[in-house]
Amino acid sequence: MTASISTDQVTGSGPVPGSALHGTAQRRQRALRLPRSPKIIAGLAMLASFVLLSIIGPLVAPYSPDRIFANSPVPLAPSAAHWLGTTSLQQDVFSQLLVGGGDMLLVAFIAGVIATALSVVVGVTAGYLGGLADDLLSMLANIFLVMPALPLLVILFGFLGKTGSDDLFLIGFIISITGWAWGARVLRAQTLSLRNRDYVDSARIIGERGSRIIFAEILPNLTPIVASSFLFTVLYAIGTYSAMAFLGLVNPNWSWGGILYYAQVNNAELSGYWWWYIPPGIAIALLGTALVLLNFGIDEFINPRLRAAGLTRRSGGRRGTRTRRSQQFALTPVIRGPEPSAVLAQGATPAVLAPGTPAVLTRRATPATTGEGGQA
Amino acid sequence: MLVIARRLFFYLVTAAVAISLDFLIPRLIPGNPVDAILAKMQGVTITPAIIHALDLQFGVNTSASLWGQYTHFWNNVLHGNFGVSSANSFEPVSTVIRQALPYTLGLVGLATLISFLLGTAIGAVVAWKRGSWLDNLLPVVTFFQAAPYFFLAFLAIDVFAITLGWFPPSRAANATDFPAFTWTYLSDVLDHAVLPALTIVVASAAGWIVGMRNVMLTTMDEDYVLIAAAKGLRKGRVIWYAARNAILPSVSGFALAIGFIVSGALLTEIVFSYPGLGSLLLQAVSNNDYELMQGLFLIITFTVLAANLIADFVYVFLDPRTRQEA
Amino acid sequence: MTGERLLEVRGLSVDYGQGPGAVHAVTGADLVLHRGEVLGLAGESGSGKSTLVMAATRLLRAPGVITGGEVRFYPPDGQAVDLLAADYAELRVLRWSQVSLVLQSAMNALNPVMTIRTQLTDALAAHLPRTSRRERQARAVELLEMVGISSDRLTSHPHELSGGMRQRVMIAMALALRPQVVIMDEPTTALDVVTQREILEELKELRDQFGFAILFITHDLSLLIEIADSIAVMYAGRLVERAPANALFHAPRHPYTLGLLSSFPPLHGPRAPMTGIPGSPPDLRNLPSGCVFHPRCTFAFDRCAQQAPPLEIVGARPGRIAACWLQLGDRPVPAELAASEPGTAEPAPGANGSRPVSERADPAQPADESDRAPGSGERVQQRSTA
Repeated sequence: MTASISTDQVTGSGPVPGSALHGTAQRRQRALRLPRSPKIIAGLAMLASFVLLSIIGPLVAPYSPDRIFANSPVPLAPSAAHWLGTTSLQQDVFSQLLVGGGDMLLVAFIAGVIATALSVVVGVTAGYLGGLADDLLSMLANIFLVMPALPLLVILFGFLGKTGSDDLFLIGFIISITGWAWGARVLRAQTLSLRNRDYVDSARIIGERGSRIIFAEILPNLTPIVASSFLFTVLYAIGTYSAMAFLGLVNPNWSWGGILYYAQVNNAELSGYWWWYIPPGIAIALLGTALVLLNFGIDEFINPRLRAAGLTRRSGGRRGTRTRRSQQFALTPVIRGPEPSAVLAQGATPAVLAPGTPAVLTRRATPATTGEGGQA
Repeated sequence: MLVIARRLFFYLVTAAVAISLDFLIPRLIPGNPVDAILAKMQGVTITPAIIHALDLQFGVNTSASLWGQYTHFWNNVLHGNFGVSSANSFEPVSTVIRQALPYTLGLVGLATLISFLLGTAIGAVVAWKRGSWLDNLLPVVTFFQAAPYFFLAFLAIDVFAITLGWFPPSRAANATDFPAFTWTYLSDVLDHAVLPALTIVVASAAGWIVGMRNVMLTTMDEDYVLIAAAKGLRKGRVIWYAARNAILPSVSGFALAIGFIVSGALLTEIVFSYPGLGSLLLQAVSNNDYELMQGLFLIITFTVLAANLIADFVYVFLDPRTRQEA
Repeated sequence: MTGERLLEVRGLSVDYGQGPGAVHAVTGADLVLHRGEVLGLAGESGSGKSTLVMAATRLLRAPGVITGGEVRFYPPDGQAVDLLAADYAELRVLRWSQVSLVLQSAMNALNPVMTIRTQLTDALAAHLPRTSRRERQARAVELLEMVGISSDRLTSHPHELSGGMRQRVMIAMALALRPQVVIMDEPTTALDVVTQREILEELKELRDQFGFAILFITHDLSLLIEIADSIAVMYAGRLVERAPANALFHAPRHPYTLGLLSSFPPLHGPRAPMTGIPGSPPDLRNLPSGCVFHPRCTFAFDRCAQQAPPLEIVGARPGRIAACWLQLGDRPVPAELAASEPGTAEPAPGANGSRPVSERADPAQPADESDRAPGSGERVQQRSTA
């Protein structure tokens, strides 16, 4: 999986002044509600179904995932008995799929929580304190950011061996070690910009303690970024956990990465057993897509300029405006419809035309301004 | 150039941290790695010298102090001595890695470059034609961004290699060919590299596309883009004026992205049985070949750091504002 | 100021967005620019002045839409061009070679990653493809010298120059192809007062030297008194008054202009209390009925709320138009709006400010304001109303 770079967050430009977050007073006037973006709704819906699936999965699975149906030497294609066919050991793929989601979500959730907590602590502290503390913490974050995650995880899990391979909490924890740095950097940039805002300055002048400022003024304004960072980390953890299972670094169990591990070991792709590896792959991709959609939605919420390309085309209908699709750059469109300005209908007349101007320059005759036909 | 010097310093620090982690992790984790290695060895002659070397590598059964081991470890690394690979008949890790490295560098380097250029170009066009059908590309691109590399690799093999038979499904070259600078061999290598490269490009381009699109939308609001159009410049040139600025965050974000891409690329190599570092990684994991794991960790990290340094050079070249001479 | 017509805007209407919630940024605006003329366009923020000019040149960004009117450009040799019907290729030919643009903040208007030389010569390369690189380089040097910048700045980037220098580069850039019109949108607003003065002086010199017309958009009326030949005032998307600069300043005819003038204190003369304008600008989605200024006008009477006044010639002298019921019709005009024009009689007592009567050319020269019916000096009869 690749990084979805929210470049505004990278450059630390912060929320655009027109966006929804300001000082405590203004915020209390407005409940922090997410706009009803199609992206957010779709993302939430997909995510909810996955969570639901992983909870009820083991209950509704037709068979036990490791039950062996010793019917055939090769994996069987999907049939009425096995909706997604069987593996080379004659286990039901569909059951495996249903059972495997839970592990993945749990690990990803744990990793997300730990990594987000770490990134908030490091990022906000670095941004707020500045100076040497900031330099050191930033360097720490940058080091972990630059170091590629996979080889590090390989040696961590490799040496952990059997002990590490089954403990979901431990797996989540180790994954979070490689996943906190991005959020820390973004939060640090944001804290830096917020620290210089007027309402923080005034809080400091009044004499509020630093911790109070952090918790009451700064953190609440970081909420969308923390949420986005959490989602991003969960996405990362899903991909990483799948990769770990796929490599055989952790116990594959029936997690979707694990199913792919068994598929790869048995050369499923070379033999064309598509039902074995396509469903788990698509499942991972769809779960990831749900998170990415949610992230897009939050991105647009933070940066209204992106919103114009996404949301307002629909919300505009609520306010009664429509924007044109695909307007060309530097070629302002000319749309002459029925007289658009209500004021003109009230009888204002255009300025008189000069002598000799061709007739085409005459204001179009409209029902409201009859009698205008030519020059004075 | 101060900027580059600072980055270089940072990369050296990171390299030092990586080496230190490489040293510490085997020692911090409970258990005796040497026993684990030996347990996997069957039918291989093990000499006391080898056991001694392993002990030294992992700090087992040795009377040397931790600091002594640390300096010894550093000494080894700086001399390119990464120990011996248990999965490869105890050949030196450096030799094993050196054989695989060019394949990975070639594949991943080329694929990343193509992905970056293609992704940012597409992103710029999608932003320019905002509101057109191109916007519908974004959900599709999102899906590919979320799919794991190895899954896309499976798909690629299934569709293009098995079903359509256009490209070979694995390895870097036909087993019967001898490596040589002949056209037949090189074209064979290219032939085998297409699918893995395609997988990497499709999986990673999404990030650039979305990133570039978002920055481009903001950049297009800048006055200098309007002025470019007001000057009566060709449309392509106006887009270039904007894109030339919009690409900067993508270049600086390259540092983060390259880590992900390398990880994904290694997994892709595994699926394709491509003889690069990815396959070595799998081999190391399957055989508990700790020394190989450690060596790979260092080499891959160093390679990524080097790529970052190159990206930094490119950034300074592209953005004159960073060249403030004091 | 005599001169042929160069750019003519008739009844231009511009909206942001479409549908019932659209913002009517400009409504039925008329504007005429003559060759070599410096026309100031004044008004508060949101009055539509930038929108009007950007829309006329088809450079207005989304979601701006032109909903009516005509815009014609009359190049010195050649056919009149209907700017609203032109396509991108036709506009490209005109852009920069006939009409160029100077924007408010040069830091944003100059491309940060390109050298000054590139930005001075790219338009040359686009419009004059036959020129060699050396010729373009020479022209770039010439342009920089014109605005008093040394040519070793050609290889610099915008962030290496000071604010004033960047603005000068913008002006030089705008003159690269010797255009007929230079549109300046708040060109000095972002500068400190001293630099502002320098730039204005340079502009005047360049104008005198090369004779291009300037469409100078600003909210600062005092600037226009310095540099403009005529001034047009906009409010809520409409033109409300237009007059030669001196006449507007000493003898405004529209209550809004009066309000604007009394919003900044004069440096000389007796102290007069600053009045400003009560109220706030209207919501452009829901404009007031009748005269769009009437809710804030101290002289408003019942007709003002019912009908929008047309833009008509006011007074016996040509070249002055205003849209106000006070000036048309039989009611007596309030003294503040009936001051004598400078150059005719003594300035009426109580007229705002006491800037000395300028030594400029007689502002009473007949301007071809195209509001006069042929052969008559009479006010044009009002059209039938709904």
